Amino acid sequence: MTHHRGSNGEPVDRRHALECMIWAGTGVLWTVSGGVPVSLGLLGEAKAAEAPSAGFTFLQISDSHIGFDKAANPHAVDTLKEAIGKVQALPEKPSFLIHTGDITHLSTASQFDTAAQIIGGAGFDVHYVPGEHDIIDENNGRAYLERYGAGARGAGWYSFDQNGVHFVGLVNVVNLKAGGLGNLGADQLAWLADDLKAVSASTPVVVFAHIPLWAIYPEWGWGTDDAAQALALLKRFGSVTVLNGHIHQIMQKVEGNVTFHTALSTAFPQPAPGTAPSPGPMTVPPGQLRNLLGITNVAVERGREELAIIDSTLAGS
Amino acid sequence: MAQTPLRGADATRVKIENFTFTPTALTVKVGTVVTFENDDDIPHIVVASDGSFRSKALDTGDGYTFTFTKSGDFPYFCALHPHMQGTITVIP
Ligand SMILES: [Cu+2]
Repeated sequence: MTHHRGSNGEPVDRRHALECMIWAGTGVLWTVSGGVPVSLGLLGEAKAAEAPSAGFTFLQISDSHIGFDKAANPHAVDTLKEAIGKVQALPEKPSFLIHTGDITHLSTASQFDTAAQIIGGAGFDVHYVPGEHDIIDENNGRAYLERYGAGARGAGWYSFDQNGVHFVGLVNVVNLKAGGLGNLGADQLAWLADDLKAVSASTPVVVFAHIPLWAIYPEWGWGTDDAAQALALLKRFGSVTVLNGHIHQIMQKVEGNVTFHTALSTAFPQPAPGTAPSPGPMTVPPGQLRNLLGITNVAVERGREELAIIDSTLAGS
Repeated sequence: MAQTPLRGADATRVKIENFTFTPTALTVKVGTVVTFENDDDIPHIVVASDGSFRSKALDTGDGYTFTFTKSGDFPYFCALHPHMQGTITVIP
């Protein structure tokens, strides 16, 4: 099963503005090949696939919500450990991890410590961006920045390069306006414009942020008010991959040169847009929880237009 | 007019449930103590649009109390989920 197929195996129309895919997996593995991230589908398939010759993989985890202990998953620590176990068991070691926010549930020091121990225990470099749950300490985000803000600007945004791919971590969870959605803000957009100036149009770009940078369901706040301005700055690039978390389910759309993808949580699922009274944690029968939590592996292969994105669940072998 | 501090008449609650403030619009008299109580499994932060009040992060079961001492309309929202909005109207 890959992300180009619907749940019944039929090809998915990539022109659809919004596609919802659910995998029976734990994460998304991204392969960067020829500068474009391509999702590989389930981890099992990735194993079977040929190893990329001159590419690399990186791994996305999201929404670990350490400290969450409600009915939807009283053991968010354990499911994060399982997710990290999956990462360590990958046949091809990712070059690094990205965490797309909501590391903790309530931004406490002990929650950050626990998350760092579990995630750091895997021995990979990890690039973080904050979710709204990571900036609710008494000092409005200082706890996050003290741990993860070194080398970052503003509320924690930054960029880095890896094997010819330009990665940009954005923050869209601070200074939210009444009635609004996620927010990047003028300072960050100005920084982004400047940051991208030195990057050639043929360089693949991977942007990651907590709240989706596309309007998935504004009624539940699932979108970013000024995302269009960021996307305008990314228009000249041949390959742009946008990775988000926040909605605790997999959704993908392809629009021109931009592939948008949201990851599973490692903590608890949330309902599909509009299918519940609110986007709050969704309690499912105990046997089903691990089908709805997971990780995302991304493979980048030289000479390929797209990165390969593989979501896999905790229930996947 | 002097306010008469009667229990029950001068204290009231706004419930936060399913990412909604209930009641969404509430009218109270000057001096009323309003308690915002979070019944969701997700934290919320109650913040006035004019900055006149702001709760800390309210975890499940937590409450935040504010005494409205000035009359007027006080729109507020959730700092984490800003599509959540409400208004307290304070009358003399
Ligand atoms: Cu909220």
